[in-house]
Amino acid sequence: MDDPIFTYALRIGDDALVLGQRVSEWCGTAPTLEVDLSLANVALDLIGQATLFLGLAGEIEGAGRDADRLAFFRDVDAFQNALMVEQPNGDFARTIARQFLFSTYQEGFYGALSHSAEPRLAAIAAKAVKEVRYHAALAGDWIVRLGDGTDESRQRMIEALDWHWRFVDELFAMDAGERALLEKSIAVDRAALRPAFDAAVGAILAAGDLPAPRYPQRPVMGGRRGHHSEHLGHLLATLQHIPRSYPDARW
Amino acid sequence: MSADWPLWEVFIRARGGLSHRHVGSVHAPDSAIALKHARDVYTRRMEGVSIWVARSSEIAASDPAEAGPTFAPAETKVYRHPTFYSIPPHVKNM
Repeated sequence: MDDPIFTYALRIGDDALVLGQRVSEWCGTAPTLEVDLSLANVALDLIGQATLFLGLAGEIEGAGRDADRLAFFRDVDAFQNALMVEQPNGDFARTIARQFLFSTYQEGFYGALSHSAEPRLAAIAAKAVKEVRYHAALAGDWIVRLGDGTDESRQRMIEALDWHWRFVDELFAMDAGERALLEKSIAVDRAALRPAFDAAVGAILAAGDLPAPRYPQRPVMGGRRGHHSEHLGHLLATLQHIPRSYPDARW
Repeated sequence: MSADWPLWEVFIRARGGLSHRHVGSVHAPDSAIALKHARDVYTRRMEGVSIWVARSSEIAASDPAEAGPTFAPAETKVYRHPTFYSIPPHVKNM
């Protein structure tokens, strides 16, 4: 049985790692040079957070696995990221919608985690919360402008928010392991973050004159148990194939 | 896409007490996004503590063809430089 704090640090790190890898796919192909740099900065911030959380997970596990080992040498079913972050980038609207929803969630999550009774988790969260606050503001600005822009940009933003909304509930779901850590004041009470998240999303939608997201399906979950969409395997193939092909390489 | 956006001149204050200096330009649809682009393009390595952006089209510039009449008359006015004053020794930075 894994140490529950190991599992907790791992899933926080996996969220950041997988989203950082996704966002980095825009590097060199974003709509403008300025947006390219903005998205690359976001991706690098997330990879930096992943390095710290996965490094801590490896330290707690005490089995000699460092952040690189955990990132590059685990298979898809060992990843515990939420399903939202592994979804393909789609168009710019869909990338921005995901960034806004996830960064807004992350801002509340890291803010609460910075008061964790586990001081190493709290220290990383206190540093990272400033980064994700900027990501949320950047993506929020774009949601307003695309929502309030041309007919096409508005339509694409409505579809992008609808498309991602099925993955939101998973961000606020707790399993037994997290509830046990919550009782020790180590884990964040995710459910308690939801009202502030809904208010922040509502404010940006109102500013962009956008309707509340709608989706036909029930919420999709399972990422925390390693049940992923087909997309994560392809992402990990790109992420992992060099270190796996040359496991002794140093750079 | 960026060709559809206006150009903004970017000015960065490197440290408290210094003036903002022109560092370059960005394309952006409005001033709020221009500030974010300027932050992401020009302050990635802690270059600044404050950013200004101004629409390039709003900046009035002197005419290079008129450089002679504009600047040459100052060349012979050495008395405008305060070099004829002796600075008291206890004044360190002047």
